[in-house]
Amino acid sequence: MIRKFAIIVITTLALTMNSYAGSDGELLLKKNDPSNVKDCFEGLNRATFAFNQSLDGLLFEPVARAYRVLPSPVRTGFSNSLSNLSNLVTIPNNILQGDFKSAGVNSGRFVVNTTVGILGLFDVAENIGFSKNEKEDYGQSLGAAGVGPGCYLVLPVLGPSTVRDTAGSIVNLLGGDPWYNVSVKNDTRYFNESDYYISRGAAGIDFRAKNIEAFDNLEENAIDFYASVKSLYLQDRKQKIFNSKGVINAMDDSDWEEIENK
Amino acid sequence: MFKKLLICCSIIFIYSLNFYKANSIEPDIFVQSTVNRASSTLSKENTKDERIAELKKIALDTVDIKGIGFYSLGSHRKTLSDEKKKEYSEAFKNYFLNSFSSRLAEYSNPVIEVNSKEKINENYTIVSSTLAATEKRPAIKIDWRIYTKNPDKPLIRDLIIEGLSLARTQKEEFNSIIQSANGDVDVLIKNLKEF
Repeated sequence: MIRKFAIIVITTLALTMNSYAGSDGELLLKKNDPSNVKDCFEGLNRATFAFNQSLDGLLFEPVARAYRVLPSPVRTGFSNSLSNLSNLVTIPNNILQGDFKSAGVNSGRFVVNTTVGILGLFDVAENIGFSKNEKEDYGQSLGAAGVGPGCYLVLPVLGPSTVRDTAGSIVNLLGGDPWYNVSVKNDTRYFNESDYYISRGAAGIDFRAKNIEAFDNLEENAIDFYASVKSLYLQDRKQKIFNSKGVINAMDDSDWEEIENK
Repeated sequence: MFKKLLICCSIIFIYSLNFYKANSIEPDIFVQSTVNRASSTLSKENTKDERIAELKKIALDTVDIKGIGFYSLGSHRKTLSDEKKKEYSEAFKNYFLNSFSSRLAEYSNPVIEVNSKEKINENYTIVSSTLAATEKRPAIKIDWRIYTKNPDKPLIRDLIIEGLSLARTQKEEFNSIIQSANGDVDVLIKNLKEF
């Protein structure tokens, strides 16, 4: 298992280095610009989107609303615990992106919160100076290495993605996610398969519960909800790849200048 | 005589410059006052229709609706006749006001704190703010793109929520509608009128 993972890491690193050599920031920005991402399978994507919408209405939204009935400290504990678990994917991706400082901080956070913070329920690390960083995944690492997003995809149940981000998710299943390895794939002595799937489902419900009003608002006011969600997803991925939660998307936009020149 | 006239002109010029500066509104103060106006409206015990009417008035005073409308149209605006542009602008204005006010009318007294501002160029300043957390959701970072070409009358052109631009989202949504209709902007205008 370790050997397989090492091969994946080395291959990805090699890819990363080659891509860095051949790409510059401007090209990366252009590649990841939402308007440049093709919707090659739009018909199928719209059908899957409609299916996901129905599933959300029947299952995810009602469960998310029920989840919100829980007291706030309980929900914060769940959320902290799931966020702590996600460090297992974030840390290798910090390393792949050459961000060793964040890898160190996230490792410290994981150790402290898993032990002192009782399986991540309490974010003790924040109080002792290990501040929370953004989550990273293999799709982001590929993007940061210069791999373009490819076509836009809507996956059943999982929602919006791109060819690159889907490939990144597959890396999790091929040894890139230690949590998947110890619960589903290999060493399942201490954990069951269901632990992994429950944690993934819970992460989805936690996300949905935090965004109920935002989703409702967006849906109610959109003329083409599918196009709005697609734009928001691609903008979000772009800023995550560049680790810049700011105005990057809106700044590099010549259309604004054209308007004011009129 | 000429020297005196020159001194008088210089004094008037310097005074007018100061006067101009004194009347310009700082973008962060503009955002805070706009937020305060909206908060005051939302915290009043009035009907939803009254709230919506007041919010529409605030939007007309503080948002560059025409600019956002043309931005949202993207490259398609270049192909429109002046008459069509006028029709689109009117439809967009009504759509924007209805959408904006109904979105906000649901909130009760949101707390927004302005944190900082960054001048991008003479025409744009980004004002950063935070929408305070509630029991139901975490705190949200909101950046405001303020159009400052006329410093006496700054206008909001975009809201960037957690890094996601609303104007950009709308532009891509409109583009999708137009492309699905084989480039026919009338389909978008019809959708806006029906909203």
